[in-house]
This record gives sequence, C-alpha cells and structure tokens, in this order.
Amino acid sequence: MAEQNSNAKAEQFDSSLFQPVEFNEQAGERIAGKSLNFWQDAWTRLRKNKAAILSLVIIVIIALLSLFGPMLSGRDAYTQTITQAKLPPKITGLEWAGFDGMATLGEKPIDFYETKQVKDTFWFGTDHLGRDLWSRIWEGTRISLFIGLVAAIIDVLVGVTYGGISAYYGGRVDNIMQRIAEILTGIPNLILIILFILILEPGITTIILAMTITGWIGMSRLVRGQILKLKNQEFVLAARTLGASSARLVFKHLIPNTLGTIIISLMFTIPGAIFFEAFLSFIGLGLAPPQPSLGTLINEGYKELKTFPYLLVIPSTILVLVMISFNMLADGLRDAFDPRLRR
Amino acid sequence: MENRNKLLEVKNLKQHFNIGRGRVVKAVDGLSFDIYEGEVLGLVGESGCGKSTTGRSIIGLYDATDGEVLFKGENVHDKKSRKEKLKFNRSMQMIFQDPYASLNPRMTVGDIIAEGIDIHGLAKSKDERNNRVYDLLETVGLTKEHASRYPHEFSGGQRQRIGIARALAVEPDFIIADEPISALDVSIQAQVVNLMKQLQRDRSLTYLFIAHDLSMVKYISDRIGVMYQGHLVELCDADRLYENPVHAYTKSLLSAIPLPDPEHERTRKRIIYDRPTGGAVGKSSEDSSIPPLREIEPGHYVSMTDAELEAYQAQLV
Amino acid sequence: METILSVRDLTVAFHTYAGTVQAVRGVSFDLKKGETLAIVGESGSGKSVTSKAIMRLIPNPPGEITKGEIMFEGRDLVKLSDKEMQKVRGRDIAMIFQDPMTSLNPTMTIFKQIAEGLKRHQGLTGDAAKKRTLELLTLVGIPNPEARLKQYPHQLSGGMRQRIVIAIALACNPKVLIADEPTTALDVTIQAQILELLKDIQQKTGTAIIFITHDLGVVANMADRVAVMYAGKLIEKGTVDEIFYEPRHPYTWGLLGSMPRPSDDRSQDLPAIPGTPPNLLHPPVGDAFAPRNQYAMKIDFEKEPPFFPITDTHEAATWLLHPQAPYVEPPAAIRDLALKYRPDSTFAKSLLKGGLK
Repeated sequence: MAEQNSNAKAEQFDSSLFQPVEFNEQAGERIAGKSLNFWQDAWTRLRKNKAAILSLVIIVIIALLSLFGPMLSGRDAYTQTITQAKLPPKITGLEWAGFDGMATLGEKPIDFYETKQVKDTFWFGTDHLGRDLWSRIWEGTRISLFIGLVAAIIDVLVGVTYGGISAYYGGRVDNIMQRIAEILTGIPNLILIILFILILEPGITTIILAMTITGWIGMSRLVRGQILKLKNQEFVLAARTLGASSARLVFKHLIPNTLGTIIISLMFTIPGAIFFEAFLSFIGLGLAPPQPSLGTLINEGYKELKTFPYLLVIPSTILVLVMISFNMLADGLRDAFDPRLRR
Repeated sequence: MENRNKLLEVKNLKQHFNIGRGRVVKAVDGLSFDIYEGEVLGLVGESGCGKSTTGRSIIGLYDATDGEVLFKGENVHDKKSRKEKLKFNRSMQMIFQDPYASLNPRMTVGDIIAEGIDIHGLAKSKDERNNRVYDLLETVGLTKEHASRYPHEFSGGQRQRIGIARALAVEPDFIIADEPISALDVSIQAQVVNLMKQLQRDRSLTYLFIAHDLSMVKYISDRIGVMYQGHLVELCDADRLYENPVHAYTKSLLSAIPLPDPEHERTRKRIIYDRPTGGAVGKSSEDSSIPPLREIEPGHYVSMTDAELEAYQAQLV
Repeated sequence: METILSVRDLTVAFHTYAGTVQAVRGVSFDLKKGETLAIVGESGSGKSVTSKAIMRLIPNPPGEITKGEIMFEGRDLVKLSDKEMQKVRGRDIAMIFQDPMTSLNPTMTIFKQIAEGLKRHQGLTGDAAKKRTLELLTLVGIPNPEARLKQYPHQLSGGMRQRIVIAIALACNPKVLIADEPTTALDVTIQAQILELLKDIQQKTGTAIIFITHDLGVVANMADRVAVMYAGKLIEKGTVDEIFYEPRHPYTWGLLGSMPRPSDDRSQDLPAIPGTPPNLLHPPVGDAFAPRNQYAMKIDFEKEPPFFPITDTHEAATWLLHPQAPYVEPPAAIRDLALKYRPDSTFAKSLLKGGLK
C-alpha cells in the first residue's frame, strides 16, 4: 500500500507499546484538579488582588485599633484637662517624622510640651479641652464604623426582604411595592434626615434611623433585579417541578445566588454610610458633643487648621483610609465574584 | 393503540401571554394530543413554535389560558393541596434545555441530585440519601467522586446527565424532556439520547421529548408530533413520518437536515415551506389559518383543509 | 491551487487564576484560494480560539498567542501591530460569529452598520455607500432591501440578522471569510438557507472560507477540505471525501458514527463517543483522545502521535497508522459508508481484506 512506503522510515518502537489497552469507560469522565466551591474560588481570586488584600489588612488594623486603641494610651476619651489643651502630637523616637510636639505660632515653631510643662507625651496630641486625641480618634472611628456597619446591615436586611418579596411574588405585589419605593426615593433625603433629627434626640440611633429610612431602596432594587432574573432560570424551575416550597426556593436557590451581589453592595454601602455620618456631623446635624466620631473630630479640627493642623489631618487621614480601603476591597470582591471570569 | 392506557391527555390547550399594551402572544393555541403509558412522544418544531411552552404548561409551571391537561385522569391545573401537589411532582418530572442554567451553581452535584429526595423525604438517613445519590450518578454514567463537585467543573453532556439524575431521583412515571440535547455538540447528543432510551426501557418510563429538529428525535420517539405556530400540523408513528411526511412543513423540516454524507449533500433538494402568515416565526398567528388535524390513515394526523384532504386522497388513487 | 493563508504551529494559551490553559497546541494548516476549509471539533476543542487567533481577537490578557505564525500575503499576522491588524480585519479577512443577536449593534440602523466598514476601508460615503449597501443586501438575499436600511436589528428575525452579519462581513470583498458556527443558533430550515447563501456568495466572489462547526452534516454540505480538531490539536486533515469515506483517526470515526442518518434502524442505539474532552488546564500525556479511544494502545498514553501522511492531501495523527500497529476494524457505520460510496479505494479494499493498517 502507498502509505506503507511513506511510513517506511518511521521510527521504530518496542512492539509492546502497540498492545491494545483495555478500554475503561470511566476514564473519559474523570475530572482533574481540586474541587473548589464558589467561596473558595472567589477567595483564590481575591488573594491574587494585592490592592484588595492590602485594603483588607488596613481595615482589620483600623478596626482593631478602634477597639483597643484607647487602652493602648491608657487615657479616657472624655476626661478634660484644660492645662494640657492643644498639645501637638509627640511620639518619642518619631520626632523626625513631625511627631515632635512642635507647632508654629506666629513666626517660629514652639515646643508646646515645654511651654506647658507637660512630661507625658500624647501620640496624637490633645484637643482644645485637653482630651487625648489618640483615644478620641479611635473612639470616634469605632462609632463611625459602628454607624456605617449597622446602617449598611439594616439596609441589607430591609432591602433584601423588600426587593426579594417584590420580585418573588411579582405581578401586582411587585407593582405596588415598587411604586411605594419610588415615592420614598422622591423625597429628598436630607430633608427627611433633618426632620428626624429635629423630632428625635440627636445621637447614634437617630443618625442610623435617618440614614436607613431611604437607604435600603438601592439595595432592594439590586436584589429585585437579581431575583427577577434568577427566578426564571432553569435550575429554579427544576426545583419548582420537584415540589420545592417557597422557603426552599428562596433560601437554597435564590438568596445564595444573589449573595455575591449583596456582599459587594454591602461593602460599598459601609463607606457610604460612614462618609454620610461624617458629612452630617460636619454640618452640625450629627452626633452631639462630647461623643466623638470622625465627622465631629474633623468639624472641631478644621477651625484650628492654621495653627494646629494635626487636629484636622489625623482624623481626615483615618477617614480617607477607611473609605479607600472599603472601596478597593469591594472592587476586589466584585472581580472575585464576577461570573464572567468563571467557567 | 387504543387498548393502551392514556397517561396524559392534552385537550385544546391554549397558552397566551400578555406582553403589554394589549398585545397577546398565542404561544400555544388549541393543542390536543394524548400520550400513552410507556411510549415516547417526540414534539418537534422550530424556535417560537410553542413546543417548550407546551411542556411547561403540562407540568404546571404555567397556568393554562384555556383547555385542560389530564394526567392519570386528573386535571393538572386544578387547585391542589400541598400533599396532592407533592404527589404530582413525584410522578411527573422535567429535564431542561440549557445545561449551564439548569444546575444551581452554588450547590454540589450531590445536593442537586438529592434535592427531590430531600423535598419528598425519600431517605431515612444521611447514608441512605448519599447511597441513592451514588446509585443515580452511576446510572447516568458518572461516579460517586463527582458528588462533591460543583456544576461548573462539568462539561455540557455531563451536566445534562446530572439533570437527568435529578429528575430520576423521585422515581417519576412521566418525564418531559425540554430540548435536552439542543445545546450539546452532535457527538455528545448521542450519549444523552442513548442514556434516556436505556432508562426508558429499564424503568418503563413515558417521555414527552421536545426537540427543535427531526434528526435525533427518531432514535427515541415512538410517535412524533410536528408543531408550527402554536399548532400541531402533523402527528404520527415515527417511522411513518420519515417514510411518508405529508404536511409541507414536515417535508421542509426533513429536507433541511444536513447529513454527514458529501455525496448526498451534493444532490440534496430542499423543500421550501411557504409560511402562511408570512411573518417571522415567533410572532403570534393572528388568525387561525392552520386547519384542524385530520386522520389520513390510521394513527396519522395531518392539519389539512377539506380541499387539501381531497387532493391528497385523489393523489393516492 | 494558490495558498492564501498559512497557519504554522499556532499555539494559544489563556492565563487564568487557576493556571495556564493550552487552548490551541500547535495547529498548522493552509487555506487555498476560493476553497472552503471546515474545522470540526467539539466545544472546547479550540476551533473557535484558532479562528479568533487568526483575526487577532484573542483578549489579552488573559489570552496570548505564544508561538507560531499566520502568514497572509507574505506577512505574519502575529507580528503585525494593532493598527496594521485593524486594516487587515474587515478588509482582507472578515468574520461571522455564532450569535447574530450579539454581533450586531442594537442601537444602530442596518445601513449604518454596513456603511461603517465601507467608510473605514474603502472611503465610501453618501450615495456610493448606499448603493453598495443595497447591492450587499441583495447579494445576501434580503427582500425589499431599501426598506431595511432604516431598520434596527431587533426588528428582524434570526435568519435575517445573520444575513445582515454576512453582508457586513462581505462589505469590503474580503479574501478570507471566517465563519465561526454561523448557523448553530439558527433553526434547521434557516440554517439550510444560510449555508446555501454562503456557497452562492463564494461562487460569485471567490472568497476563501474557514468554516468552524461541530456538525458534520454541515461540513459535508459546505466543505472542500476538512480539518478535525481535538483538545487543541488537529488530528486529521483531508479532502471532504477522504474524511467522510476514508477516515483514519478513531476520533473521526467516533464523530462520524455518532451522527444520525435517516437510513439507520431507530431501535438500535446510536454509537456515541464515551466520556468528555480533557481539561486543557492539565493536558494529558500522549494522545489526548486515548482515554476515550476504544482502539487505544499503550503507546497512546505515553507518546504523542505525529502526523502520518496517507495521500498528498490526507494525513492523520494516530499511532494506528504506524507500521508496527496491529490491524483494526473501524466501526460498522464507517465501514458501510466506505464500501457503499468508495468501494475501489485502498481504504475499502483493506477493510475487505480484514482490517485497517
């Protein structure tokens, strides 16, 4: 045969290699590689995102400091010592980095610790009432984080329930619920918040209530969109034909598949809420003194910007760090959950 | 044929969808057919002809606009208690079209298959549940190692077999297969069709097998119905349909299938069907321009006007 | 005939978080002027990636052409800058995608979408562009073309949309047309129309076509030559008759065997290829098809088979063609077809003599 001639110069092998191998049907079905579920998969991807991991680390450090920071300095955030007012930050060993207790009054820098004859060092200095700024900042960060977290969680709880019910039942229920949400969004929320603060005592609860009264609507729209899309997917139909109850459909099929979106949105809501609290406190609608938050601290600090810039710079830096870190982490999570990269 | 038990009777089923601004799509518009116990009825038609809607209507995913669907003599669309509903869900199951959308991406394959077992409480212990899942996996040609994996790790054909295992878990009598092979490569289609055939024999199942062309259905169907714009235009024995297609639409469908045979393809003549409503398929048929089914020979039903029937009979003589 | 496009040792990798996926692993083929070359394979075989690589449409990252060359009119497309490639794309080589819905811009009228390419590559505007657009619409068999100019894609049926996509591809008289599963999303009757249209256009314009598909029925209808692809490699190349009537690779046998034929006894099971294609994140050692191959030998699991030439136009990469390989009997469907249509071929004769070597 013709082809045999052309193969004449083919390489020779050990003839045992040409023994037929017994055919194994299962061999073709094997799946190589480790099995990863959605969360492990997302984590592998998140881990590769350096910015997101750095953000996560910063958030953890800030959260830990906000819990234990005041203990480190051993000072209370509320005790006033007028004799020690307005001391610039001083950290032994870090004098070269600006933590030298000096401030420029008029033309020349003055060491305030010397003039006021204070032996202690205040890491972040003190405010106009002589309160330790280190403790106040971490106390304030804790309150800000708390407000942000609680407001975001309430948004999620209300938003997911509302959007979920609206989409799951659909039809007329959906129609009525969406109109209500539209009316709520129609009211400018600053007016709503001012009304709330006028009626109720200013404080953490009031601020959280004021922010969540309309804050959940965005989340509810997001969840509604997701559930509307999912509920006609074939795997949900399959569960329905198997006789799955509504609760099972919602908790086994619909919610787990929206969880990624919910978490991403939550991560974007937290910095939003923190920033909004800071904004309200800054314009004087927020927390009442002496309670610190990043917003009230910045509010107090900007008045003395020229002589004692640290009063503004330090809380602002923390706020910026918190905002950027949460946003970058949320971005990283979105990439990690993004189904377009999944196959 | 008549001495066999009717498992499912579809009588003048209509499924209309309101798409807003007073416009209505008549996806299914007066459909009647029976499915006998132990047979496979193929339902074939092109996209938008209403074949999938028919399947979903029969299993109660949609409430029918008009007409009735009797399963074992009981109307599927009647209000039922939760218990009756569960009993119905156990006896009728569905296999879906899209292997990528029909499995919950957040559940393991084991949990997906066990869903019916969990809902209906078919296993007394965790071990029994798992063993049933392993048996089902083996039935569809997979192994128990696959149970702990997630759907995205599987190929289209494997996923479709997982969907079959999920349906089998509740031991149904009747399965609606809604285009189970349309999304698969031709080489994988044979795998799934063979598996479904074997299951049908081993477990004496009844199928409604929905497909979008006539090339694969014949391997599995006993009878085949051809659907066009929400109506049946031809219904008969599978062999007979390929030997003697009568309706022009059936002929056009048959002649359009490309065969893996260059010699044949070089000479293939395509029969073109003039669509009566002229519009794109998928638009509702405004008028019922499709005449009723008539029995032109025993068990062979074709949609024909009186004049066409006369012409057909004259041509036979 | 003159070769217009020549692909050598094309290798494409995708860098994913899980590792590097070798989607195309050293593919070589030639496309001749005016012919239709079909690349056949299952999903995931790399056939689509190959076609996208020729168009340099592999998203980078994560994808990358790591090796090989694509010679077109004396230039290596792999080495062209993006700007130079833009001139080739659409003008010299055009592509038709699978889904006519997503390959058209829903916010642009039909006229604008076709005229875009005319303006960019041929500088046609105004009446000249309109005239050419009408010509193209007529060429792709769109009734009443004048009325379609102002319509939007959603106003057309799937088949009509695919015709528009083809019209856009043909706008600048490309020398090579790559059709990536152009009929998979369509109904059979519409598929038949589109295939006829493509053949008709090829006769009129002399364009060479690379036709990517998983359906051997479509291949039999369209192709002059066929390349079968599996797990990122070509495993058999030949003329359409050689592939259908004298196939040599067990995978080709499997593909052919699993195709439904009207003459088949429907009570019998269809022969199927068992199992699933391998994961190219961890490409197997040896012949990638070995685990699914009923004719597998020990060497298939250890060494990758080279191409063994059979005729000037036909070659296959399987150890079964090695002189030391034992005689084998191909599946009945393959045998029947060969004996029926090519009883005089060496293939059929050796079948009758009791086995294939």
